[in-house]
Amino acid sequence: MSATTAKPGAPVAAWLRALLPLVLALAIGAVILALLGRDPVLFYTNVLNRAVLNRSGLQETLVLMAPLLLIAASLIVCFRAGLWNLGVDGQFLLAACFASAFAAGWVAALPYWPAMLLLFGLAALVGAAWAMLPAFLKAQYGVNEIISTLMMNFLGFGLSAFLIKTLFGDPEHPAPQTTMLEVADRLPRIGDTLIHLGVVFAVAVILAVHVVMTRTAFGLKLRIVGHNPRAAEHAGLNVRRLTFLVFAISAALAGLAGAVEVLGVRGVVRADWHPGYGLLVVPLVFLARFHGVAAIGFVFVFAVLSIGGESAARRADLPNDFLLIMMSLILVILAVTDYVASRAGR
Amino acid sequence: MPEGTGAATTEADRRLDSPLVRLSGITRRFPGVLANNDVSFDIRPGEVHALLGENGAGKSTLIAILSGVLQPDAGRIEVGGRRVRIGSPRDAIRLGIGTVYQHSTLVPTLTVVQNLMLGQRWWRPLGRAAALARLEEVSALLGVRVEPDALAGTLSLGQQQQVEIIKALWRGERVLVLDEPTSMLTPQGVEELGQVIARLAAQGFGIVFVSHKLQEVLAFGHRVTVLKLGRKVGEIPPERLSALSPAAATAEIVDLMFGRGASDAAAPRRRRSSIRPSAPLLEVEGLSAGNGALADVTFAIRPGEVFGIAGVDGNGQKQLAEALAGQLPADAGRITLGGQDITTLSVARRRALGLSYLTDDRLGEGTVGSFSIGTNLVLKRVGERPFWEAGFERPARITDHAREMIASYDVRTPGPEVPIANLSGGNVQKALFGRELAQAPKLFITNKPTYGLDVANIRAARDRISAAAADGVACLLISTELDELLELSDRVGVMYRGRLVGVVENGPDAERAIGRLMVSGA
Repeated sequence: MSATTAKPGAPVAAWLRALLPLVLALAIGAVILALLGRDPVLFYTNVLNRAVLNRSGLQETLVLMAPLLLIAASLIVCFRAGLWNLGVDGQFLLAACFASAFAAGWVAALPYWPAMLLLFGLAALVGAAWAMLPAFLKAQYGVNEIISTLMMNFLGFGLSAFLIKTLFGDPEHPAPQTTMLEVADRLPRIGDTLIHLGVVFAVAVILAVHVVMTRTAFGLKLRIVGHNPRAAEHAGLNVRRLTFLVFAISAALAGLAGAVEVLGVRGVVRADWHPGYGLLVVPLVFLARFHGVAAIGFVFVFAVLSIGGESAARRADLPNDFLLIMMSLILVILAVTDYVASRAGR
Repeated sequence: MPEGTGAATTEADRRLDSPLVRLSGITRRFPGVLANNDVSFDIRPGEVHALLGENGAGKSTLIAILSGVLQPDAGRIEVGGRRVRIGSPRDAIRLGIGTVYQHSTLVPTLTVVQNLMLGQRWWRPLGRAAALARLEEVSALLGVRVEPDALAGTLSLGQQQQVEIIKALWRGERVLVLDEPTSMLTPQGVEELGQVIARLAAQGFGIVFVSHKLQEVLAFGHRVTVLKLGRKVGEIPPERLSALSPAAATAEIVDLMFGRGASDAAAPRRRRSSIRPSAPLLEVEGLSAGNGALADVTFAIRPGEVFGIAGVDGNGQKQLAEALAGQLPADAGRITLGGQDITTLSVARRRALGLSYLTDDRLGEGTVGSFSIGTNLVLKRVGERPFWEAGFERPARITDHAREMIASYDVRTPGPEVPIANLSGGNVQKALFGRELAQAPKLFITNKPTYGLDVANIRAARDRISAAAADGVACLLISTELDELLELSDRVGVMYRGRLVGVVENGPDAERAIGRLMVSGA
């Protein structure tokens, strides 16, 4: 049998289907650059030089990956279980806000590592708590979780800004923000690099999530619910309980992402800060087809484009929006190649 | 050849006799399967061409090619004598081929006429008045009456099918393809469908009738083509079919489908009773569930007994099975298994106590289609040893287990790693029989166990149930096939509008008694 009739699930085809949109998008981006009178080769070289080939640039890229990887892990858990938790941004921000509010105080009052562990635990808890209402509505009444989690985002953004302006605000600082965690008290860095322990933690977590989802009984139960909830009921799985668990785990991971960002890099949350990582990572996770290792690769590419693209755009005298166009192109092309592949695979 | 009138006549004759659609040498491969292998098939005006074959014989593939859903790898398609490519369902419609699929494609929340107006081109809209006129026209062709403003979801399955046929002929199609049209119908619905088919054939439509039920094929078909493992193994033309007696035709077709001598396998026999003289294993008292869908049902089954449930589909049988299995909570009543009250236990707890439920919805809830056969075989044992150790999957053990089951339950598959949705219905059912019986249950509930299977697989399934009963398993057999209930059951309860309206001891007069209860409830 020829290669073209190979099963669509074959590893080579899967890699090709995942990478092809990326390559095509870069090619189309190159054409746009050329039409704008910029040198595409120079542009991409600048991106790579800034974000990968340059020592401090590469470190920045890796540091940016930490929260993105944890959010990817969060999304992989719920997407594989067929639950669309799009509330990761709210869970992330609220958890970051709580972790930041207590960070300086707890680090001062407790030994360093117990304080850090407690802060991570708090962030996970706050994230999970913020998903319980959508989880309940889904499990009890079948309310569409896409709507309910998106709504919870707005509430989460508002609540965290409110808390920072009232309870959690640093009275000694003129602008509304939490108390700064001193640089020395942030997550330890590896050697003399910018790379903090949170990066290692994030990679370990997404790999662990991948193993759990693909190799364990728990992961299989979630996948059964995701693929066919009626079969799950029929097979005797407690779908309600699993729904709660999935929301809790997914949102806790989003909360951990918030903790890593605040305790590792920022040290503070301002009332107007919300990075909106979640909805950026959603397409990357789809591009990776919910595969943890592949997600690391796509998050890396995204981080490279963010870090390197900003400077490359500036040098090419293009607005930053050009990067958004590139990312959108990748997604559109992903959808098209998916459609073409499924037509051809039939 | 003479000039003038002679040639013209030949030409006219040929046109009259020439097929509306001619498929020749159609071949279609799927990974690991040759679904259609050099199949030729003609559709002629005024003729009902029955396409018959086991599950997995390639009927669905051929229909999909005819209706543009799939494209053949090789072969030639001619419509009206011209070679064509049917690249999409839209092409098929343009070429005058209308298809009624096995499952409803109507939108239940729209009215009949709205459903029919769907899919029209936006640049050539059809007004409601014109649509009503067209509906009148097409329903007159069929000889049926359809209420244009009834919601599609409120129609009976038979009426829905009539709307589907109207939809298939909406744009003036001359060829009508019916894919297993009788599988969802009541006996009366089947009869009405037969009348519609005969009427359309008389008006010159070419009709393809797909089925695996012999009586229907003989009752409705003019020409019969038999497929087996993707190949066409025989075609009986109208002049021969009408010359054969029904018994001779049956024997000939069964031989074509299964090889010489197989016709004996289709013959009914009565199972020897194996009831154990012990206390009932399952006792159901006053069970109600599903807001009246199941009302006040009381019965008991002893070990080794097969208790049949008869009834026209949709009279609470599914709710009974689900309430017993724990998928539907009981509103009232009590279920006792081996002396233990299980009324409020979960699905998993009941299974652990020896209750096994083989659902009638194999793909909808029995399996996860995209998962491998191996995984589906342990779908109800996720996390259990030896397939999982400390929560971690042992893939080799799952594969070994699958190999054993595939061998002992005769599942035809290229291997245990194949997604179960790729198997034919009969093979999925064999795998499910394996999953439900291999762990030696005490109570085996099965709903329509032979639904949609061919003769050989029906035999295999019924033998499994007999063997389970002989081993002392209490069996609840829910079926709409009377011959199946009469062959296997010790007693048959009849359900009517959610109630168990009577229990009949199986015996010489059972058939009439059951039939009366089924249609009248008394």
